[in-house]
Amino acid sequence: MAGRPLPTSPARADARDRTPVRNGAPAPAGASGPTAKTSPDRTPVPPAGPAGRGGAATARRRRRVRENLVAYLFLAAGVICFALFSWYPIVRGILLGFQQVTFAQPAEWVGLDNFRRLFEDPLFLTAWKNTGWFTLLALVFGFAAPFATAVVLNELRRGKAYLRMTVYLPVMLPSVVTMLLWRWFYDPGPGLFNNVLDVFHLPAQQWLESENLAMVSLVLVSTWANMGTTTLIYLAALGGIPGELYEAAELDGASIRRRLWHVTIPQMRFILMITLLLQVIGTMQVFVEPFVLTGGGPDDATVTVLLLLYRYAFVYNDFGLASAMSTVLFVVLGIFAGVYLRLTRSKG
Amino acid sequence: MAAETPTRTLIAPTEMNRRVGRFLHRFVLTATLIGFTLAFVFPLYWMASGALKSSSELAAPTPTLVPESFHPESYTDAWTNVGLGHFFLNTFVLALGAWLTQLLIDVTAAYALSKLRPLLGNVILGMMLATLMLPVSALLVPTYLTVVDVPILHVNLINTPFAVWLPAAANAFNIFLLKRFFDQIPAELLDSARIDGAGTLRVLVSVVLPLSRPVLAVVSIFAVVGVWKDFLWPMLVLPDEAKQPITVALNRLAEFMPANQLLAGMVMASIPLLVLFLIFQRHIIAGLTAGSVKG
Repeated sequence: MAGRPLPTSPARADARDRTPVRNGAPAPAGASGPTAKTSPDRTPVPPAGPAGRGGAATARRRRRVRENLVAYLFLAAGVICFALFSWYPIVRGILLGFQQVTFAQPAEWVGLDNFRRLFEDPLFLTAWKNTGWFTLLALVFGFAAPFATAVVLNELRRGKAYLRMTVYLPVMLPSVVTMLLWRWFYDPGPGLFNNVLDVFHLPAQQWLESENLAMVSLVLVSTWANMGTTTLIYLAALGGIPGELYEAAELDGASIRRRLWHVTIPQMRFILMITLLLQVIGTMQVFVEPFVLTGGGPDDATVTVLLLLYRYAFVYNDFGLASAMSTVLFVVLGIFAGVYLRLTRSKG
Repeated sequence: MAAETPTRTLIAPTEMNRRVGRFLHRFVLTATLIGFTLAFVFPLYWMASGALKSSSELAAPTPTLVPESFHPESYTDAWTNVGLGHFFLNTFVLALGAWLTQLLIDVTAAYALSKLRPLLGNVILGMMLATLMLPVSALLVPTYLTVVDVPILHVNLINTPFAVWLPAAANAFNIFLLKRFFDQIPAELLDSARIDGAGTLRVLVSVVLPLSRPVLAVVSIFAVVGVWKDFLWPMLVLPDEAKQPITVALNRLAEFMPANQLLAGMVMASIPLLVLFLIFQRHIIAGLTAGSVKG
């Protein structure tokens, strides 16, 4: 679901590595952290007499200009890419919400008209309700399952490599393949799930066709497909908990359950908060699941925010309305991102 | 599969070595082994073996665990008759190109930011990293409109692979990962190369890159996997059916294809990624946890 791999650390680690260098000015060549002091300058300027000072200074300035030119030459492709496909779309996305866009004529300013139309659309509220419901369900399944899995895996003495690999396998499948596969599992006819229920003499379910169950079915697929990533992150974090803490707790007579409660969970609190926020941000952008499995049905029960946004933009070609929707989505997610930033900052 | 180095965890070694502990450990181990295999490996088997079944067997109300008769021709039919081979190659081209552009653009940018340190370099880096905070979906529409009519150049990238390659290259995570790795390369190494007469590009190619193999592997894998798995973006920017990758084609054709051929197609779309994962497991897991923070 998260298209890009883990945006967890950058902001934090960046703050960490920015402190020691504190540059921005053309620093001594290749200055990087502590190694910088060994080579104060690439070509040591000879300690010239008063006459030679001006010449050396202009030479140095010219060299600096040239070095900057070379550096920007290397940076150019990246900056252009970001400018075109990242920075400019950000600005444009905000403006588009206030415009009427058709490919035939230039964009026209319409003020808050798009937002008015958006809030008048009854599906708008439905989409938010559905997305909220999906996010909540995804937290129930998708938050507990990887944590429990990771805690158990961390205790096992054998088979860890195999288990770690299998839990990550679904993450490697193209999302469309996952959805088509599960659509087949959910199939009321020859589908696997109803056959398994039948073995246990349980009633068959209308997995994707029932208004009550459709969203749960989507969350199940989503959890199956994505829990590998979170599990591995938790496993790494569990490996970092110092063993002495457990030993001390054990000496104090704490049972396994109390050790879990008083050592493991407090030690994991930060990473749990982070993944919680990232998961909320990720699941609020759910798209492929409803798009492939239900198309928003039955009776709009699985129309999510992004699915509606997709319809506005690419089915009705109403880019202004879609952008107004993006803006609302952005504001909501921005709140979570803000909390996330505060957390990582205060910890870093 | 071997037992890993014992570090003290939640359950004490003494508790593990007691009879009850040993029994419980074995019980939980077996349960997880079976459970995980059923939950995560079995669906893959089900997909691959389903493709081998005949259409009538697939449609039968009670599914069979092992195909009654083997029909490997659904794979060849899907590849040639349905033309999935063509879509597969499209995906391959998209992934290869995305890999090359990302390496070229992101490595040079990270090198500049880490080692050449231009004026305002940190401001640019900050602006790049800031994009990681933005939800991808909020930028879907404006990025799409940008691809339709690229500002200044006024070219339309729709139905060209550049529409996939270039936005993928604007990847702050890659640049961040590469820059952090380059930062660790001692300046003395670069200086001595320069004294030997190597130019800026030469230093990158013959000093920095050979030292950066692990991080290049991580970036490469994520680049290929990301593009291979992607669905929504290629569906939007490659409306020409002949140019679509296999993921988009599968979803479009799913209604019309016989079930066994559809399954064969799904297997084909997954195999390269699964093979990649089996080979580079270590790198993928390292890359995944490299970014993550410790509690």
